[in-house]
Amino acid sequence: MSLEAAVRLTLGSLALDMELRLDEGEVVAMLGPNGAGKTTMLRAIAGLVPLSAGGVTLDGRVLEDTGAGVYVPTEERPIGVVFQDYLLFPHLSVLDNVAFGVRARGGSAAVAREKAAAWLERVGLAAYAGSKPQTLSGGQRQRVALARALAPDPRLLLLDEPLAALDVTTRAEVRRDLKRHLASFPGLRLLVTHDPLEAVALADRLVVIEHGRLVQTGTPAEVTGQPRSQYVADLVGVNLLRGQADHGSVRLAEGAVIAAAAAESGEVFAVIHPRAVALHRQRPDGSPRNVWPGRVGSVELASGRVRVRVEGPVSLVAEVTPGAVKELGLDEGSQVWLAFKSTEVGVYPA
Amino acid sequence: MCAVIGVACGGSTGGSGSVLSGTISVFAAASLTDSFKALGTAFQAEHSGTTVQLNFAGSPTLVTQIEQGAAADVFASADTSNMDKLKTDGFTAGDAKVFAHNKLAIVVAAGNPKGINSLADLAKPGVIYISAAPTVPAGKYALQILAKAGVNVTPKSLETDVKSVVSKIRLGEADAGIVYTTDVTAAGSKVQGVTIPDNVNVVATYPVAEVKGTKNANLASAFIAYVLSADGQAKLQSFGFLAG
Amino acid sequence: MRAERVPVGIAILAAIGAAFFILPLLGLLIRSPWGDALTALTAAETVEALKLSLVASVSATALGLVFGVPLAWVFARLEFPGRDLLRALTTLPMVLPPVVGGIALLLAFGRRGLVGSWLDSAFGFTLPFTTVGVVMAEAFVAMPFLIITVEAGLRSMDRRYEEAARALGARRWRVLTQVTLPLIGPSLFAGAVLCWARALGEFGATITFAGNFPGVTQTMPLAVYLLLETNQEASYILSLVLLLVSLAVLVALRHRWLGSA
Repeated sequence: MSLEAAVRLTLGSLALDMELRLDEGEVVAMLGPNGAGKTTMLRAIAGLVPLSAGGVTLDGRVLEDTGAGVYVPTEERPIGVVFQDYLLFPHLSVLDNVAFGVRARGGSAAVAREKAAAWLERVGLAAYAGSKPQTLSGGQRQRVALARALAPDPRLLLLDEPLAALDVTTRAEVRRDLKRHLASFPGLRLLVTHDPLEAVALADRLVVIEHGRLVQTGTPAEVTGQPRSQYVADLVGVNLLRGQADHGSVRLAEGAVIAAAAAESGEVFAVIHPRAVALHRQRPDGSPRNVWPGRVGSVELASGRVRVRVEGPVSLVAEVTPGAVKELGLDEGSQVWLAFKSTEVGVYPA
Repeated sequence: MCAVIGVACGGSTGGSGSVLSGTISVFAAASLTDSFKALGTAFQAEHSGTTVQLNFAGSPTLVTQIEQGAAADVFASADTSNMDKLKTDGFTAGDAKVFAHNKLAIVVAAGNPKGINSLADLAKPGVIYISAAPTVPAGKYALQILAKAGVNVTPKSLETDVKSVVSKIRLGEADAGIVYTTDVTAAGSKVQGVTIPDNVNVVATYPVAEVKGTKNANLASAFIAYVLSADGQAKLQSFGFLAG
Repeated sequence: MRAERVPVGIAILAAIGAAFFILPLLGLLIRSPWGDALTALTAAETVEALKLSLVASVSATALGLVFGVPLAWVFARLEFPGRDLLRALTTLPMVLPPVVGGIALLLAFGRRGLVGSWLDSAFGFTLPFTTVGVVMAEAFVAMPFLIITVEAGLRSMDRRYEEAARALGARRWRVLTQVTLPLIGPSLFAGAVLCWARALGEFGATITFAGNFPGVTQTMPLAVYLLLETNQEASYILSLVLLLVSLAVLVALRHRWLGSA
């Protein structure tokens, strides 16, 4: 069982051009900044947005193929969708909401009711069967939306920012429940999120999308360990540089050459954790091979540490203690020297 | 009649003193539409500086309007009972004078496609007969005529005035109606009339009177005098009315 | 919460505006001969006119729903050349003098009308002077109210619910009947009630197209008009009945009509 999608389309200012493959057994999360095209990709797979070129194949059945002129409408695709705002029908009870898909796909009213009741039991909301969705809390509505999407036994489950509408406290608890339900679902699972925590917690594989294009894909560990875009680097909180490696040194695009204890050569990414960057008021002596002058761009407090952005021939973010900031008298515009060891530079092919 | 009114008549331009001016509002029965328009125009031509405004509707409608306060100066009715009602309710000034008579006829579309030649034919199956409402003089007369002739036919519609009956015949919506002979003449080539025998026909009496509280009594009585004058009578008769 | 103070100018104008509408109703209430009310209301002709009015207005509303809702859907959801013109045409009866509407209906459906003449020659059936004609005249003037209300409802509804339904496997008919129409329920209801109220009060088009005959085509407004000439006070009572019915309808709808749900 697998999903293959090659999508090319234009929607407003977004030009989406990417391929995606989903296999049985893996939960895939599409991660990216707002406007990257991840929701559009999801909707295209669902058949809600027309492709200008490409195709979608699910379990060997062609759902869409622009070349051959095939298009199976959304209602005939064996999918289940959990929308960002849940979109529970306000005029139907919770039970009837969950039963809707089963009835729509041909089940009798009795069978649909039964299945809906069973699912409500599974998500722990059996007591709310007769209530209207508006009377439920956000977390409860999310569970109803999930039950509604799963009740008709779809082959592919699509979730669009499933936790985005929840407040922070509810989110953690609902995330745990969602992980459980995703694990027990036998079909293919694809979710969209802009929250890296959510992506890492729920997914087996991440697909990073930026500006309508696939930028990186891999397990959460792979992606966070070796970011391939500024976006991921920012998410993870590391410094990312790019340049040409040549036996222990990397020439950056801006011109500076940094020392990196790595044997790579060719186009590479260089990653440096802010913790590994030291700040000095005077040019330091010592073992670090990389010493660069710079000017403080911004100083931000983040969970007990201070992140200092330094602009210069090599622009980096350094993480230091508040005490150090005070001692060094660092402020916006201050002249500093930053230093980092060549062994702290992680290098991998671009 | 002119002597009673005491105003110069016979077409001379207000010889006995006061020059006529101003505006009067004349409320006249629907069947007087074309004739009174002609009378109004002629009167205005003879007495420059005067305006005669005309308001046509079914007689009972006009009575209601006047009693509810509409500003009328002269009222010309298609029967005496409507005029009597106005008088009894205290809305007339002076006596009403009969200025014309009218007879009724059956009106049908030009060419008489349904072959209606007598009152009895109105009851033929497939004939759509309409009439003015019984409260309107023409409607009342129609009922009287049908009763006299012993014809039993129910109208498909009771119109609010006699002109509406003619309109529907002209439009082809209905086949026959009972209206005034003057209406048949006035309606032109799209319709034609079928004579109602005199022994069952009704002679309608048209009285005219000044309305109480008129702002221009001079002009009102002058107009009434004109209607009753030889000139006015001649005009009325040219439209098919019988002498008053 | 402090109440907002009304500027004097606005208060005066608003008061005059209110009086404009209240005084006529007061006039009817005061001048109606309440003693004879029961006789007037139970007279055979009144009962006939009332029954006919109710039957005709409800039928006109049913027609309005059957044909008006699809029209509203087409205007709200489709784009095609001439759409705006078509929409203007279906709204025209709202601004057209009713008598003009009646004449137009005659020219189309009267015995010599475009369609009517065919009806006559093929089936010997004519629409003027029949109760069906009354229903048509009322539907002609009242349906536009239903169409614009329902169209507004369709435009303002959240269409993502329809996507959600499709994602659950619902085909177009199910989406329409089980999601779209229930979601615009309030608009449907308001549109139907406005249509009914307008149909109930229709006069000009009815008398011109369908004529006036007790039991067949004489609706309440026509009965009142004729009664005005014979028994004025009875006409006051009937007028009051019509006025109060319409008022009750508008009061009941105030939340839905004035503050869109």
